[in-house]
Amino acid sequence: MTTLRNIISRNRLAALAPLAIALFALAYAFLAGGYLVTVMSFALIYAIFVTGLNLFMGYAGQVTFGHNAFAALGGYGSAVLTSTYGWPPLAGLAAGIALALFAALLVGYPTLRLKGHYLAMATLAIGLIVYEIAVQWQAVTGGYMGLSGIPPIGIGRFEIISDRMQLMFLAAVVALTMWSAIRLRSSRFGRALVAIAGSEDAARALGIDVAHYKLMAFLLSAGCAALAGSLFVHVVGFVSPEVFGLHMVVLAFTMLYVGGIGTAAGPLIGAVIISLLPETFRALKDYQDLAYGAGLILLLIYAPKGLASLGSLLPGSKNQ
Amino acid sequence: MSGRPTPILEVKELSARYGSVEALHAATLSVEDGEFIAILGPNGAGKSTLMRAVMGLVANSGSVQFRGRALPRAAPDVCAAHGVVLVPEGRGIFAPMSVAENLELGAYLLHDATEFARRRERVFALFPRLRERLHQVAGLLSGGEQQMLAVGRALMAGPQILLLDEPSLGLAPRVTEDILDALALLNKEGTDHRPGGAEGALALKLARRAYLMSLGRMVAEIDPRTVTSYDDIAQYYLS
Repeated sequence: MTTLRNIISRNRLAALAPLAIALFALAYAFLAGGYLVTVMSFALIYAIFVTGLNLFMGYAGQVTFGHNAFAALGGYGSAVLTSTYGWPPLAGLAAGIALALFAALLVGYPTLRLKGHYLAMATLAIGLIVYEIAVQWQAVTGGYMGLSGIPPIGIGRFEIISDRMQLMFLAAVVALTMWSAIRLRSSRFGRALVAIAGSEDAARALGIDVAHYKLMAFLLSAGCAALAGSLFVHVVGFVSPEVFGLHMVVLAFTMLYVGGIGTAAGPLIGAVIISLLPETFRALKDYQDLAYGAGLILLLIYAPKGLASLGSLLPGSKNQ
Repeated sequence: MSGRPTPILEVKELSARYGSVEALHAATLSVEDGEFIAILGPNGAGKSTLMRAVMGLVANSGSVQFRGRALPRAAPDVCAAHGVVLVPEGRGIFAPMSVAENLELGAYLLHDATEFARRRERVFALFPRLRERLHQVAGLLSGGEQQMLAVGRALMAGPQILLLDEPSLGLAPRVTEDILDALALLNKEGTDHRPGGAEGALALKLARRAYLMSLGRMVAEIDPRTVTSYDDIAQYYLS
């Protein structure tokens, strides 16, 4: 009996190891300070973005290549309102999210009738359109030059300025986002989403209003994207169209799949690991990208379901 | 007409198509309260399409009346709310979720905890195996257990009529026997669940009436008690 219990606890420990490493990296960055804090801050912002993506892609099993559009709307909404019109940061953040949600509603209502490749193409188009608007509408967005002088997050005279304070604040937001996502997964709503991912027909035959739930998942994930985009501009103090380019989608996908799509801890693990991976190979200079690419391939070969589900791959573990 | 009770499910001139291919041509059938119907036919005869069309899961035209009310032709969730519940072909269970979660999804439209518990106990009484496997991932169940789960999940919806699509597909004969026994029991008790339609040759054992389908059409309605050999059925196809 004891050996059995040992095996189970050892596996649970192994399953938690990637999460522990991610949290350790966070704590280390907080103590070490400097450049690592910046890297980890970006990782946490991406963790919020990817958590949202995970709701739509991991839980509900849909495809989107266009969530950078909602990050851009959140980011630019916040940037323009605070730097040009002098709004307080939190109001700008809320308005940016509202703007993104409104756009997601307009876009999601017709496009979510599409499935698979068609939905992917439609969302890709949204990302490209928002990018073009950010470039062309110079009077508001500053075009390629972007906008600077965006104030940091804060209430009244209290502002989160120091690197470490920002890191702590972002960690709290990530914790809240992840907790909400976990609660969501075990709710009626979450079960409906996973059912839709399994089979839309079967879900509909059980009385689940598929179109409604897909739209709700789309809105929630767009909201997370906008929150991440808005936090990004307040942390960096600057925004340009390149920030929310297509590379953002590629990076977020990498994080989602490396971390473990459909898992609770996957987005955070993926965001931290993928952000740190290029930095660990920095000493290799010219071969840095090569090592990063090789690292990714190895991760996908040996952890095909993502790092979050590593524990279940060990011998003697319960199949998951 | 006066001798027979009025049907609870009346399907009239129901046609269904996948794109430009019409897979079901003006099918008409009726099911009475408490009746067990078998629908027979070779592969591609349109049996699954008929079930999917009744639920409104494929593009279809015609009329489907349930307990005197017309069911909408493109809203499976509304059909489910009326108590018309489908157990899809290939079981359609949600593999990554636990048995418990699958059962909870079956009762998706129910918002009553005591009724939920009552229905679940009933499912466990019918399929004790599901209670043992409650917290296991559904995708890891055996084929027979998955079929039990599919039927159990449908029962959680509190069906007035149960449409079973190939309930014995790919199962060992003994397991099939178990599932048919459970269906027979359900049909006999019939207090609030009245399974009305099943499909496949094995359903013939339980059915009082059977419809024969071929190439998307209803070819005949027979009384299974008069069928003594495969030749009796084959005549409808080979003549």
